[in-house]
Amino acid sequence: MRYGGNTTCIEVETDDGQTIIIDAGSGIHPLAQSLLKKMPLSSSIFLTHTHWDHIQGLPFFTPIFIPMNNIRIYGAFDPVLQRDIRDVLSRQMEYCFFPVREAELKADMQYSSLSEGQTIAIGSAKVTNIIMNHTVINFGYRIDCNGKSLFFTGDAEPLYNIYHPGDDYYDEYERLISNKNAMLADFVRGVDILIADSAYTEQEYQAKKGWGHGTYDTCIAMAEKAGAKALYFTHHEPQRSDEELDQIHDCLREKFITSAAACPFFIAYEGLEIAL
Amino acid sequence: MGEIRKDIPAMVEEMPAFPQSVHRVIQLTSDINSDPRDLVDAIQHDPILMMRILKLVNSSYFGLAQKISSINHAIVYIGVNTVKNLALSAVVIGVMPSTNAAGFDMDGFLRHSLSTAIIARILARKAGVQERDVFDFFLSGLLHDFGKIVFAHFLPHEFKKALAMAREEGIHLYEAEQIVFTADHTQIGSLLGEKWRLPLPLVACLREHHGHDQESSLIMAAVSAANQIGKELKLGYSGENIIEKLPRTISDLFDTAEGAIIDSLGDVSAEMEKAMIFIKN
Repeated sequence: MRYGGNTTCIEVETDDGQTIIIDAGSGIHPLAQSLLKKMPLSSSIFLTHTHWDHIQGLPFFTPIFIPMNNIRIYGAFDPVLQRDIRDVLSRQMEYCFFPVREAELKADMQYSSLSEGQTIAIGSAKVTNIIMNHTVINFGYRIDCNGKSLFFTGDAEPLYNIYHPGDDYYDEYERLISNKNAMLADFVRGVDILIADSAYTEQEYQAKKGWGHGTYDTCIAMAEKAGAKALYFTHHEPQRSDEELDQIHDCLREKFITSAAACPFFIAYEGLEIAL
Repeated sequence: MGEIRKDIPAMVEEMPAFPQSVHRVIQLTSDINSDPRDLVDAIQHDPILMMRILKLVNSSYFGLAQKISSINHAIVYIGVNTVKNLALSAVVIGVMPSTNAAGFDMDGFLRHSLSTAIIARILARKAGVQERDVFDFFLSGLLHDFGKIVFAHFLPHEFKKALAMAREEGIHLYEAEQIVFTADHTQIGSLLGEKWRLPLPLVACLREHHGHDQESSLIMAAVSAANQIGKELKLGYSGENIIEKLPRTISDLFDTAEGAIIDSLGDVSAEMEKAMIFIKN
């Protein structure tokens, strides 16, 4: 397997050695092994949202069982279930799911619910969020550090008009979408790296509308609009083989080869490291 | 138990209708393929519901970076699914009256109803009930004492007498109601539930929440237990001063002492405070 089968987890190491982790999917387990040399560890985990594939690795993140480690977890308050991020995460560590309860973790655990646009300083880096369109509240995170930047969408589907042309509210809805998109483009503006949810091809998307994920083409359009310098496709459709991903990459290259505005794009794989 | 006083069914008839928007929103939210345009339409036809949702979305709990000015705007901003779920909670809580007719402590009543709803929801989740059905437990808990509102609204003086009798003689409020009205709030509540065409299991909860020893469904037992636990934890006040034992269905299910069940629920009052955002806003 070349592209990897673990669910979402991205590590960002800042110039001054701070560890920022975005999402705690099963990929956080292998990451933990590489962090063992940094003990006692002080790390900040930012969760885009609390669907299983973005939090399921947390109970297996070894540093939480080791005293002296300091783990800060950030995410959205769930206004529908009226639960803050700690409530939601504790639930997956209830005894029927996992033998160690949240209250028994040895590391110093801290939880914070973020509001939209709130900036958290981690050493020399700044982490800010924006709400992306998904089936639950989902934060896209931007990290800026000494003039370098990246943006991760989390799970995100491009907005589409729920009305049909000719409906009373069609134009108003178009306007609202275009405002939100402009706001997003400004937020992502000029990032060195854009990591984006591209679960589907355009063709597959037709049957997956409203499922909360984007396509390769919509990610390229987003990168273009925001002036991102490089785009990495992630959240690969679980059924997709390595060969299929290669084929998709080839097709996209052919399709966008003449587009001056398109930035270089790559298929993200497990263990990929990028230095800025 | 004597016959229900003749004038009581007429009072039930006079109670406001369950807003159409509630039925419509519940219907739309239970269908995953429903058209989001229909949801917007249903919400916009109920200005109070619309304001409630907008206030909620603009509240500090959401902490959005932009002020949301319409339901369509909310859908663009936080997604149709989140708006759907908020609408569901907002319509249900919106059914609770806010005025007071009989010197009856409405704030206490509201808190009692809400705590019963929340505890019933926790019990449902603990019992492994599927998330889509958990909502019925919440709604049943919220409405279980609604019959008292009919009394407080239409027969305030007599209801005051029943409240005082229950307190002074140390009897159940429903017993005092039987003496004063020859009917109690469970009967009236279920009549109202029928008028509102609530689902039958829900009507049964309104009718049977004091009848512990009968063969009861999980939802009836959970609401009944939640009612007692809420009183035990002193969350709100419903006019009832006696705390009963938990129904056997619940104690069998959890197979542990009553105190341990209550401890396992977590911080109910914190959940209450969070739920109050639907009301205070």
